[in-house]
Amino acid sequence: MGLDKNGIAQRIAQELRDGWYVNLGIGIPTLVANYIPEGIEVEFQSENGVLGMGPFPFEGEEDADLINAGKQTITTMKGASFFDSATSFSMIRGQHVQLTVLGAMEVSENGDIANWKIPGKMVKGMGGAMDLVASADNIIVAMMHSNRAGVSKLLKKCSLPLTGVACVKKVVTDLAVLEIKDGAFHLLERAPGVSVEEIQSKTEGNLIVSGDVPEMNI
Amino acid sequence: MNKVVESVEQAVDGIKSNMTLMLGGFGLCGIPENSIAQLVKSGVKDLTCISNNAGVDDFGLGLLLQNKQIKKMISSYVGENDEFERQMLSGELEVDLIPQGSLAERCRAGGAGIPAFYTPAGYGTEVAVGKEVREFNGKPHILESALYADFAIVKAWKGDTEGNLVYKATARNFNPMMAMAGKITIAEVEHLVPAGELDPNEIHTPGIFVQRIFQGQHFEKRIEQRTTRSR
Repeated sequence: MGLDKNGIAQRIAQELRDGWYVNLGIGIPTLVANYIPEGIEVEFQSENGVLGMGPFPFEGEEDADLINAGKQTITTMKGASFFDSATSFSMIRGQHVQLTVLGAMEVSENGDIANWKIPGKMVKGMGGAMDLVASADNIIVAMMHSNRAGVSKLLKKCSLPLTGVACVKKVVTDLAVLEIKDGAFHLLERAPGVSVEEIQSKTEGNLIVSGDVPEMNI
Repeated sequence: MNKVVESVEQAVDGIKSNMTLMLGGFGLCGIPENSIAQLVKSGVKDLTCISNNAGVDDFGLGLLLQNKQIKKMISSYVGENDEFERQMLSGELEVDLIPQGSLAERCRAGGAGIPAFYTPAGYGTEVAVGKEVREFNGKPHILESALYADFAIVKAWKGDTEGNLVYKATARNFNPMMAMAGKITIAEVEHLVPAGELDPNEIHTPGIFVQRIFQGQHFEKRIEQRTTRSR
């Protein structure tokens, strides 16, 4: 038993720092907004052109002109701003956004990420993911440790077409928090009740375990 | 300078088969609905369409796809459209998928007289295949070229007779850059007002980038993912 998607989001939210501008990808990353630690102020950027994204609107108050990058209806917070797509990606490539959280199909031990294409099967496009991973200093990947078939998503080498090269520094899964450095996954924390052995067995890439690995505090 | 045309027919006049079009919008937000409907009616074919997305099966650019009027799409994300995926996987439709930020900047560059630029996005991926790589500040970048269009079609919230445009909320998205990059730029607006009514301080797209403007009708403004919370 590991964490559910909300648990992963909750753990990632602990990485937020006061005053940060944060871009959250589609899926688990979006849930991070529900767990902002108390006393911390962050502002969410959505790459289709809004800074200061708020919660979903109340029923009946949806505005077709106000959506996030997942095409969901949203609201804005006080102090929000709108801008065009070139300005939006200037914020991203120009490293004005402090944290990017996104999902992945595969991550490799050197920090490569694949999340946009399964050749011959699923070709949805990369959207803003390639710009985000190529530029952000601080990227956290939020994903399940294994795919639905039970195959590890933390690999020696990605098998799918890459989204970015050597860019991921941290991965939070249902089982663990891992840091990527020097060509390996370093196990930082375990999900409550999950053993190092289980994490080891579900990590195909090189996993480094040093000393006692603490449980996540959630 | 009065840029007003009286109808959508006049607005898209001159768009012919085999042309390259840019169409503003992100998802179904801020798309030129009236012009797309008119293109469907006109039956022009073999279009190359530059647009971040390809609509959904029964709205937006999806309508042109259903009708097989598009030869090639240049987009960043096309996930919401089954017909698109079918045509792409079967090889009927030529598709150039490019990172969203590169797409925006390539349109901007086209309008701004910058023929190409370097970006880190896509380095080491299949997007970089065949592109020049150059290192700046110790980091590899790839050379991306500007995009141009015979016609750019954008959607704005308000516009005046001079072609000045104001967009609403996230319906701005790709519209301003595409407006700059069209040889002829068509703007369809929800509210067309006389020159002088818009505050010059608040213009998003100056009229110099717009050649034709018209009052759109019956905007459906469909919502793709209606998400709400309870009170």
